Amino acid sequence: MARRSFLQWPVVRQVTSGDLLGRGPSVTSPHTQAITPRTATADRVVQSVCPYCAVGCGQRVYVKDEKVIQIEGDPDSPISRGRLCPKGSASEQLVNSPGRQTSVLYRAPRSTQWQTLDLDTAIDMVADRFIETRRRTWEQEDEEGRLLRRTMGIASLGGATLDNEENYLIKKLFTAAGAVQIENQARI
Amino acid sequence: MGQLSGPTDPAVDAHWEQHESRKGFFTDTSICIGCKACEVACKEWNHNPGDGNLELLGSSYDNTGALGASTWRHVAFVEQGQERIKEARETGRALVSLGMPKFGPPSQPDLASADTTPPDTADFRWLMSSDVCKHCTHAGCLDVCPTGALFRTEFGTVVVQDDVCNGCGTCVAGCPFGVIERRSDGTAMVASERKEQHTDHPDIPNVGVAQKCTLCYDRLVDDETPACAKACPTTSIKFGDHDTMVETARERVAELHAQGLTEARLYGANELDGVGGTGSVFLLLDEPEVYGLPPDPRVPTADLPQMYRRAGMAVAGMVAAAAFAFLGGKA
Amino acid sequence: MANADCIVIQGSNMAECHPVGYQWVAEAKARGAKVIHVDPRFTRTSAVADKHIPIRAGSDVVLLGALINYVISHDLWFKEYVSAYTNAATLVHADYRDAEDLGGLFSGFDPETGAYDPSSWSYAEEGGDTIDEPGPGTEHGSDASDRAAGHQFGSGGPPLEHAKVQRDETLQDPRTVFQIVKRHYARYTPEMVQQMCGITTEDFEYMARAITENSGRDRTTCFAYAVGWTQHTLGTQFIRAAAILQLLLGNMGRPGGGIMALRGHASIQGSSDIPTLFNLLPGYLPMPSAGRHDTFREFVEAIGSKKQKGFWAEADAYAISLLKAWWGDAATKENDWAYDYLPRLNGPHGTYQTVMSMLEDKVEGYFVLGQNPAVGSSNGRMQRMGMSHLKWLVVRDLNLIESATWWKDGPEIESGELRTEDIETEVFFMPAATHVEKAGSFTQTQRLLQWRHQAVAPPGQCQSELQFFFLLGQKIREKLAGSTDERDRPLLDLTWDYPVDEHGDPEPEAVLAEINGRHLTGPDAGKPLSAYTELRADGSTSSGCWIYTGVYADGVNHAANRKPGQEQGPVAPEWGWAWPANRRVLYNRASADPAGKPWSERKKYVWWDQEKGQWVGDDVPDFPIDRAPGSRPDPELGGSAALAGDDPFIMQADGKGWLFAPKGLVDGPLPTHYEPQESPVSNALYPQQQNPGRMTYGRKDNLSAPSGGSPGADIYPYVFTTYRLTEHHTAGGMSRWLPYLSELQPEMFCEVSPELAAERGLEPFGWATIISARSAIEAKVLVTDRMTPLTVAGHTVHQIGLPYHWGVGTNAIVSGDAANDLLGVTLDPNVQIQESKAASCDIRPGRRPRGADLLALVAEYQARAGITPETGNARITDPGSGSTLED
Repeated sequence: MARRSFLQWPVVRQVTSGDLLGRGPSVTSPHTQAITPRTATADRVVQSVCPYCAVGCGQRVYVKDEKVIQIEGDPDSPISRGRLCPKGSASEQLVNSPGRQTSVLYRAPRSTQWQTLDLDTAIDMVADRFIETRRRTWEQEDEEGRLLRRTMGIASLGGATLDNEENYLIKKLFTAAGAVQIENQARI
Repeated sequence: MGQLSGPTDPAVDAHWEQHESRKGFFTDTSICIGCKACEVACKEWNHNPGDGNLELLGSSYDNTGALGASTWRHVAFVEQGQERIKEARETGRALVSLGMPKFGPPSQPDLASADTTPPDTADFRWLMSSDVCKHCTHAGCLDVCPTGALFRTEFGTVVVQDDVCNGCGTCVAGCPFGVIERRSDGTAMVASERKEQHTDHPDIPNVGVAQKCTLCYDRLVDDETPACAKACPTTSIKFGDHDTMVETARERVAELHAQGLTEARLYGANELDGVGGTGSVFLLLDEPEVYGLPPDPRVPTADLPQMYRRAGMAVAGMVAAAAFAFLGGKA
Repeated sequence: MANADCIVIQGSNMAECHPVGYQWVAEAKARGAKVIHVDPRFTRTSAVADKHIPIRAGSDVVLLGALINYVISHDLWFKEYVSAYTNAATLVHADYRDAEDLGGLFSGFDPETGAYDPSSWSYAEEGGDTIDEPGPGTEHGSDASDRAAGHQFGSGGPPLEHAKVQRDETLQDPRTVFQIVKRHYARYTPEMVQQMCGITTEDFEYMARAITENSGRDRTTCFAYAVGWTQHTLGTQFIRAAAILQLLLGNMGRPGGGIMALRGHASIQGSSDIPTLFNLLPGYLPMPSAGRHDTFREFVEAIGSKKQKGFWAEADAYAISLLKAWWGDAATKENDWAYDYLPRLNGPHGTYQTVMSMLEDKVEGYFVLGQNPAVGSSNGRMQRMGMSHLKWLVVRDLNLIESATWWKDGPEIESGELRTEDIETEVFFMPAATHVEKAGSFTQTQRLLQWRHQAVAPPGQCQSELQFFFLLGQKIREKLAGSTDERDRPLLDLTWDYPVDEHGDPEPEAVLAEINGRHLTGPDAGKPLSAYTELRADGSTSSGCWIYTGVYADGVNHAANRKPGQEQGPVAPEWGWAWPANRRVLYNRASADPAGKPWSERKKYVWWDQEKGQWVGDDVPDFPIDRAPGSRPDPELGGSAALAGDDPFIMQADGKGWLFAPKGLVDGPLPTHYEPQESPVSNALYPQQQNPGRMTYGRKDNLSAPSGGSPGADIYPYVFTTYRLTEHHTAGGMSRWLPYLSELQPEMFCEVSPELAAERGLEPFGWATIISARSAIEAKVLVTDRMTPLTVAGHTVHQIGLPYHWGVGTNAIVSGDAANDLLGVTLDPNVQIQESKAASCDIRPGRRPRGADLLALVAEYQARAGITPETGNARITDPGSGSTLED
């Protein structure tokens, strides 16, 4: 840091500025003088929607160095007009929470512990189990010979917090596989 | 020199040659829904640590308790029965008949507001109110700060400079509202198990330093609304030019009185009070004490000149007495 | 809502659960609108309303029925609106018998199956016959329940053969809907409201006056509800009751009117439209049922008859376009568009039945996607025990929720019922991407699709569901490639070739484009469709969800439309995209009078422009654009062509608003008050205590407390109701891991009145144990005047409030006992939602016992109350004893 001239000393500024009580500009530090909101330092601002309830409040996501640095209400939204509730206001913490799990965990039968797994391995294992269960629990017809072509061995719960596109792929894949027990919060 | 009491423009008083119009909040508690968005938005923007002990506080839905080093917005919850509501209506009416707020004509009624029958006194009510630093016209914290860490901004607000504060704590005693506080350490809010998993838990910033609401100084310099006011779902927290805020507050109190809700009254809008009026103005529905606010806040330094005079006289008297005793003793 | 003159919030705690939506109520109130909150508790919504009216949980139909009675008997109904736009004048079948005549049952009840044959509720036909529903005869109520058929009407009404109804415009014929409704609610009086709801006649009068004075040509009243209405054994009928009232007052399809559903999850509306639900296909098409929809023809005819009015008559075009979207060239006219690739239902396969079949080891694998059933579903113990029977479990979430960790730290580990070392279940925890780490659309509570752009890449191994399921589908298809097994054809023929980015992840917009649909043949082949009216039944179009067609019109993602609100009028049509066809208010033809003129200048919205010869206004008219108000097309035409100029309810088979539902509901054509499954009082209106059509599951792990005057009812003397707080989100997966939210509401608590605290010796902020017929939990005690003891049927009824956000585990910042563990599983028969807003319990001071002692306490209560799996589950109440017969 460059050595500051004595003219920058607060006491000198106090006298020269007339702010003898030292309450105003004379006492501001270089840090204070350079202050700027972190939103202004963002590399980009992305429009989003709050993930909590179904009001659908607009959010602006501020990104710097590929990290979310701030999420706040989008004043352009005719639904929310820039406002957010406590949950919406906490959504930056939802993204950056220290407690968030970012690795795949696997618990083997009878085990008391989690172990980590490679993502691709995990998906492969799930696919194997899916196919195996489907074969084992297949129901082609009912007792009256009417077509069922389904499995009652695979079920799913969830969707109300997911995107339409995600629900679409889930419903499409499961239905094609013959899994019918697909449910979400709408019935809970 | 600047003023220590009475009406003044604080930014001018602090010798800002070029300053903005004074900024402040108007918190209208009559439309507060107690959602605490202000508390969260404030903590999130300012990266203040969680500071609750994760137990129910025993105060209705309030588990925050009070303003402090890490809580710069605090929503109070007060449950009241009919007797108390009647009293509040009476005391509010009395305040107004004393001529405190000046009423303008209420805004043009819409067809829908044709029904103006004063409502019956409810059996019960649940008051909610978001408290914040008052950004006093005469700020005790600022006046007693020995290091220049606290300063008056060009917006007329009072802000701590974290990089200057040495944590002496003088300001804590200087605030008549009990707002400013030194940050000890936040409660690190992780479950026992998770402490091991997440050793990289972020450090708590500004430990040992005095902390309070900055009225989002870092947002104001970029013409952004403070985080709490921006989030507030019902506009219970309004932000703007202080003059406008006071005017809006006066209009609102008049409107409520016209509806028979005479319990409404303003807090902090009187520039002749003990802190020269506050930058954060409130519309309350009962006595300030009910919300945990001092009824007659007074900045300790307001009396400083007088105290110096008295102290001077006392010193002179003491000297005289000592001299007399000494001389008398001799005699 | 901002345009309303009176807002009734009932069955919702709007200010707490939808704070930002509440700004519109606050704004209406600031303009002078009256806000009334009807709720068992005085909440933060009550605090800012003009009036709070405390009500006994589960008695809402009595109140709404009494308001209907008030409106009719005081002659305050909106005559022109009701006569022209509702089915008030329509005649019902001569065989119809009302609940008034049959002790609380309607005609057609079969005590054997416990279900209704609804044929006697039909409209009378012009020729004197009845108008049935199309397809293979009238569906029996039990079958309709099994497939939660009521749900299917999320975008319109049930089908009719045709719309040649018999009407008496004078409304005098005793068989008119109007006279039937009038008679049905005649005994729903203010006195009955006082007796059953605990609402004083003064409060009733206040509410009745407020809504009637604020309805009519110049003024409108709006109702807002949430799960406080839906989560009951007759939840669907709660909403129907409000709909009848709003139709009588002329408040449907008009600005500031309507009934607003406030939904609790970002895309819960979307997940019904594009359903992750067992009984539906996209766009509210039903999942086919074995025996009912065995052929494609049976399937489409059962959805909508070509001869009925309105847009459901085109159901074949919607269904074929869906099958084309999924199976492309493999769906041909010859193979009925691959209809047989669809699996069939043959019973109820909802989430609760699924859990019961887990317990029977019939389910091997379970995906839990952004949901926390171990905490958030009724009868939590059954949920966790069910999961312990699985072979494999995949939990995808942001945090290590209780549904992922029950095998090591769940309540059953503590009670000793389960031992970690014995649990065979393989558990995969897959970390999910947050809303800013993926692009996609949410559909919010008013049917508005809003696109989110991706802000950053997901951290670590986190993935979106889109990525995960795309990859899973690819893997499965790879592993099955070359299979000659016929049952693998639907997977191998599936269109699953989405364009991918550099990481191999599918592009969400490509999926949205498929949902929107495209032309498959002709000069426009490959181009996106613009409207669902372009869909064809000849295989020339595809669409993954017909009601969303138009969202990607002209290849533009309209869900991403973001013209700032301040640059648009209040309807803001250029922000996002609302289904159908970007309409913001449904049935808005009703905002104009039969002649097409606005009812009043103040409530002007959509009207007929004679010069232009079309409907114009602030919104997209929800009507054939050039159908003149006076036109009377031949009903024989069927479909939208048959809609008369004054048939505003274009998705209903007769174009009218239904005061009386001749079809579509399995538990009665008119809302009728029944007590909750568990209730401290007897039904004063009818001998029938509970909804005879409710779905009961009498099992040892799902016992019900005795009701009313039955022996043992006094063992569980109090009513409890569950709810949310502003500071948390549902089962806590997105809030109990966040420090800022956790510290605001750190501990599970119960809300009780000072009177109840005194009666049971509960210390403020001490501990209490709450015991139901299923379980016992502990909570801190919040004694508050916000809870009011009610006088119901001469007795004091205490209600206990229980927020349901906490769960037992060790990973969250805050944990606690789960209120849902107390609840049982008894379901509404129309949509199979559980009753979680009213049940019976006891409360006593102190913490709950630990380990096996907890089970002993619950068993001791059950024994004292003499409960068996049959308790409370009789369909028909024995009129003599006031207790329920055990069948």
